[in-house]
Formats: sequence, C-alpha cells, structure tokens
Amino acid sequence: MTQFTLWDIFRNLLLATRWTILLSLVSFLGGGILGLILLFMRIGHNRAAQFFSKIYVEIFQGTPLLMQLFLAFFGLGLFGINVPAWLAAGVALIAWTAAFLVEIWRGCVESVASGQWEAAASLGMGYLQQMRYVILPQALKIAVAPTVGFSVQVIKGTALTSIIGFVELSKAGSVVTNATFQPFTVYGLVALLYFALCWPLSKSSQILERKLNVAHRNH
Amino acid sequence: MSLIEITEVRKSFGPNEVLKGINLDIEPGEVIAIIGKSGSGKSTLLRCINGLESINSGSISVAGAQLLPDELHLKALRLKVGMIFQQFNLFPHLTAGGNVILSQAVVKKTPKPEAEAIARQMLDRVGLAAKFDAYPDELSGGQQQRVAIARALAMRPIALLCDEITSALDPELVGEVLAVVRSLAAEGMTLLMVTHEMKFARDVCSRVVFMHHGKVHEIGRPEAVFANPQTPELKQFLGML
Ligand SMILES: Nc1ncnc2c1ncn2[C@@H]1O[C@H](COP(=O)(O)OP(=O)(O)O)[C@@H](O)[C@H]1O
Ligand SMILES: [Mg+2]
Repeated sequence: MTQFTLWDIFRNLLLATRWTILLSLVSFLGGGILGLILLFMRIGHNRAAQFFSKIYVEIFQGTPLLMQLFLAFFGLGLFGINVPAWLAAGVALIAWTAAFLVEIWRGCVESVASGQWEAAASLGMGYLQQMRYVILPQALKIAVAPTVGFSVQVIKGTALTSIIGFVELSKAGSVVTNATFQPFTVYGLVALLYFALCWPLSKSSQILERKLNVAHRNH
Repeated sequence: MSLIEITEVRKSFGPNEVLKGINLDIEPGEVIAIIGKSGSGKSTLLRCINGLESINSGSISVAGAQLLPDELHLKALRLKVGMIFQQFNLFPHLTAGGNVILSQAVVKKTPKPEAEAIARQMLDRVGLAAKFDAYPDELSGGQQQRVAIARALAMRPIALLCDEITSALDPELVGEVLAVVRSLAAEGMTLLMVTHEMKFARDVCSRVVFMHHGKVHEIGRPEAVFANPQTPELKQFLGML
C-alpha cells in the first residue's frame, strides 16, 4: 500500500479547491446578474413581473438548496437530458444565489428614505431617472457589505454539490479519505481551506459595514 | 386667468377624506401662507398640487395646463412648480453643487458647463456659493434647506411650494432660510407655503389661508385674518399660539 504524505493530501485538496473557487465565482456572478434582473422586475411598475420575481424568491428560499441540486441533476434527466454534474451544480447555485441577492438588494433599495423619491419626482425626474440617479447610487453603498457577506454562504453552498458528484473541495476530501484512511487529517485540512476562503470575505464584510456606519457618509 | 387654479379638490386616504372640496385661485406673484392645525390637510394639499398624491375629484391647473396623473403631464407640471420639503431631502451622495446640477442635466438635458454655471449662480443666490463642493452632511440644517431651495430654483419654476420648511431647523437657523424666502417673494416668485411662522406670514404674505378639517375655513389678507378672525376655530387656533 502506498504511503501518503501530508503534502500529497494537501496538494490534492488544493487542486480541488480550484473548482470550489470557480463554482463560487460562477454562482456569484451568474446569480448577481440574474438577481439584478429579478430586482428590477420586483421594484418596477409591471405587476406581472413583480409577481414572478416574488414567487421565484419564495420558491428558491423556501426549499433546501440540496433539493434544488437534486432537481437540476435528476429532474432534467427525466426528460432524457443528460446533465453533467458541473452544469447542474452551476445552474442550481446560480438560481439559489439570485433568490437571496434579490432580497438583500430589495431591502437596500427600500431602505433609501421615501423623501428621496419624492424630492427626485418633484424635480421632474421620471421613475427610471429617480432610480438611476438618486436611489440606486445610495442603495449600492448600503448593499456592498451584506452582498460580500452573502458570498460566504455561496462558498459554503458549493460544498453540497459534492452530493451530485461534482468534485470540488468537499468531494475531494471524501475521495482522499477513502484512499488514505486519515479522515481527521483530511477533513481538518478541508475545513482549513474553507476557512481560508471564507474568513477574509466575512471579515471584509464586517469592516465595510462598520466603515459605512461610523462615517455615515455616502461618499 | 390665475396661475394656479384649485377647484373643488377632494382627496381621501381609504375611508378618511382629508381634502373636502378645496377652492383656491392663486395669482402670479402672490405669496400665500397656509396655516392650520396638524392633520388639517395642509401637506396633502401641497402634495396634490405637485402631483405627489393623486386627487379623487375636482381639478388643479397650473398656468392653464390641467394636472393629469401620467408621467408626461407630471413632468411638465413639476418643471413649472418646485417643492421644498420639511426634511430638506437633499441627495446625500452628491455635493451641494451636484444636487443643483443633477435635475438640470437629467431632466432638462442642460449641457454640463451651463448646468454648473446655473448651479453656482443659484447657490450664490441663497448665500452658499462657497459650499459648492460640500456634501449635505457637512452642512447645517439651515444650509441644507437653502441648497434645497437653490436646487428647486435651478429648474426655473414659476411657483414654489414650501411645506413647513423651517420646522425641522434649530431656532437660530430659521432666520437664514426665511431671509431667502423673503428675497424670493420680493423678486416676484409665486409662493405657497405651509408655515407656523406667523410673524413671517404677516410681514410677507399677500393672503393667508386657514385650513380646518380639510377645508379652506377662512381666507384673507394677513392683517384681516390675524387681527380680525371671523370664525371661532381660527380664533381658537390663533389663541393657541
Ligand atoms: N399617505 C397617507 N396615507 C394615509 N393617510 C394620510 C397620508 N398622508 C396624510 N394622511 C392623513 O391625512 C390627514 C392630513 O394630513 P396632512 O395633510 O399631513 O396634514 P397637515 O400637513 O395639515 O398636518 C391626516 O389625518 C393624516 O393622517
Ligand atoms: Mg404637514
């Protein structure tokens, strides 16, 4: 039987971490774009679009991410579509991320005082102009900290994709454990790698939040 | 023809009828003070004139154009009638200059250099030429309110609606804002202001409107209204002060 050095284990995990990072980035960017579209549907004046966005959020926030992964992976298979694990993982995580980002961002838009809308309206700006020049610039500043904070949830969420067979950090952990029979060492390293990814993000979210609160300056 | 014609205007919020048939015609250059108890519908009336609230019945016209609740008509109306709020409502992410430039650039498509020149001119007019680059949170309440006035003036309105514009200010800052309003009145701007500054109303206004329970309860020249109130409600209101 081959002996595995700590470095062997770490190197394998590190290689798999690439996929965790890539999947997180794709989910976050894709979810961000989809979330932005859903946000404009939600805060716009079209009733049908508002309704769609609301239902979307309720469905994706009201069911476990794991079920969404299963449905993306096996559900499409029922229609004879062969979905590779990476695709199912990406689609499910994008959809899930979008649902949470819409709600975070909607809260930010609504937290801009109603007097701002009224002042902009009284100066003759139309709805889109009020949004573009007055509300969004303020909402954006408020949104930075919670958005960065949520990216941590996305990274942790990618761990679930190991269940449908996508080889990211967690999956690599179990594969390496099966080969080395050193679960404590392996999962200890896995946890350490997740921490190395998440901690800087949650820390910077905290710092950003404090900065915006203390200064309370919007510039 | 009057500049602003308000005819039989009614406005309800659900079952609560707040304006119960308001009639008021305002001539160009008039300065009108609206007084009355809290909840009598003063703010609602101003908000209806500016289209921030839609009316249930009656009509409002400004410079001959009927107020209609679609975006095009509202925009046309708001170019003619500016509004100043109790809470200033400056845009906190823009400098004083940026606040005054924004709507000119966005709504009127005024070229940047020209909009900036007008902004400087308007800030100078309210005595804040030096604060062009200051952000709202670096200004006192009185200064912020004066920037708000400059911002409205930059749109070249023919009338200004002022809703208790000094009520959120520390007493020592009230004077500087009223001085600006006084100078606007002297230059012939049409002003419709809800106010608790009775001395100011007496000195500057051409007419005083006393609102009570959603109606114009009494109206007249300030010396008549203040010295010789006709109704017990106005007597009581003035006595309360
Ligand atoms: N957006 C609103 N929704 C429901 N009721 C309102 C709204 N705005 C004002 N009101 C009600 O209308 C009445 C008159 O309010 P307002 O015009 O603000 O009075 P004033 O400015 O004279 O104090 C009050 O009873 C108030 O509760
Ligand atoms: Mg009021």
